Amino acid sequence: MASSGSGYDLSSSTFSPDGRIFQVEYASKAVENAGTALGLKCSNGVVLCVEKPLLNKMLLTNSSRRIHSIDKHSGVAITGFVSDGRQIVNRAREECSNYEETYGTKIPTKVLGDRLASYVHYFTLHGSLRPFGTAALIASYDPETKDHALQMIEPSGVSYQYYACAAGKGRQPARTELEKLNINKPDKAENINVREGVKQLARIIHLLHEDGKDKPFELEMSWLCEESGWEHKGVPRDFIKEAVDWAKKDILETEEYESDEDEEMED
Amino acid sequence: MNYQSYAPSTYEHDGKSAETRNLKPGELSTGTTIMAIPFEGGVVLGADSRVSTGTYVANRVSDKVAQLHDSIWCCRSGSAADTQALTDYVRHYLSQLAVETGRAPTVKVAAHLMRKLCYENKDNLMAGVIVGGWDPVEKGSVYNIPLGGSCIKMPFAIGGSGSTYIYGLVDSEFKEALSKDEALSLVKKSISHAMARDGSSGGIIRTVVVTESGNEREYVPGDQLPYGPAGW
Repeated sequence: MASSGSGYDLSSSTFSPDGRIFQVEYASKAVENAGTALGLKCSNGVVLCVEKPLLNKMLLTNSSRRIHSIDKHSGVAITGFVSDGRQIVNRAREECSNYEETYGTKIPTKVLGDRLASYVHYFTLHGSLRPFGTAALIASYDPETKDHALQMIEPSGVSYQYYACAAGKGRQPARTELEKLNINKPDKAENINVREGVKQLARIIHLLHEDGKDKPFELEMSWLCEESGWEHKGVPRDFIKEAVDWAKKDILETEEYESDEDEEMED
Repeated sequence: MNYQSYAPSTYEHDGKSAETRNLKPGELSTGTTIMAIPFEGGVVLGADSRVSTGTYVANRVSDKVAQLHDSIWCCRSGSAADTQALTDYVRHYLSQLAVETGRAPTVKVAAHLMRKLCYENKDNLMAGVIVGGWDPVEKGSVYNIPLGGSCIKMPFAIGGSGSTYIYGLVDSEFKEALSKDEALSLVKKSISHAMARDGSSGGIIRTVVVTESGNEREYVPGDQLPYGPAGW
């Protein structure tokens, strides 16, 4: 699988002979083992979604959030080491607040992403620090340009803007499903809207859990859109429920359709 | 408590203006008249050009309207050294911000930066600034930042020692939604009247018209001022 570190993986300040920093790659592994996080930039807003596996039957539901607001106009979803994620969230809140205090205006989307990426990257340079084992998906809105954006920051400190992104355990199948959605059509009017986006993300998460493992999980969703007044808010609980019900029904119908097809082909 | 020690025994006016009393010996004052009016499509900024130390006019054609960014300007009044230093700092911060954000900063941001510096260093500064300019968000806007470091967005702003003589004039002549020419002539008229009565204001009138398409700098020579004191 992964090539052996064999001595070049003890510190994040050491390159391997083939030009890799193993510690950063191992940090990404930590993210790959965690619950899936999805982000979707729709025509009229951004939707974030995180799947939280419920490890303990005693857990109080809806505690231990994965999605946090960092300012009125921006929010971040984290997956991986939740405690590392807390650091990133706190730093993001400081950046937003300092920017507004200095410049008197909300931090632009790209600046926030770049600053957080620099912060995360810093931890990959110093021998005495370890990289963050977290991926952060940032949804933000710029009131000056009236533009919304979705960005993802990986443990290596790279940050890109996305139409749709996925991190965590189910990111590969999730990406395949996300690519099928109408998110990047040249005619912007054809692109998916947030209400539809919420349903699709719920469907994708449930699709990843399909194979009867039946491990209980919680779905946390938030949006930043016209409907929420361009404030980062949790998607209303009843709408999440509606989306989940629709998702389950849709998956069932697709399965039946596919199994019907298989039966026909046997002839 | 001994209250007697707080009361002065006699009060004598020392003949100096409030402004001059705060200046260090030899320090230059832009005892001034400055003004800015937004109009449909931009902002007009204007100022006189006299710089004095006491009664000596150090520069009779100075430029008190400084550029902070492509479409953001400010009028300076108070200590010449203080306002020049402030302008330099804000210009620097704005250019850094433009690089980081990838777009021109708004007038609100420039005013906020100026105000932050003025307020946090209020003990060591004597600077009254008017920031005005054009940006795609608010179009033309004007912010007045007087001595203490408050920052107020205003429909028009006047400042400097000469402004006290023209409050009545500007209050009666100003109306909302002026055209560019109306705003320009109001600025020239008001500053002329202030220069006629304020000893610390004089010289020429410098104006800058800031719009989306660019900046136009003009000046009115001192012997062609539109107005003087009435009856002379």
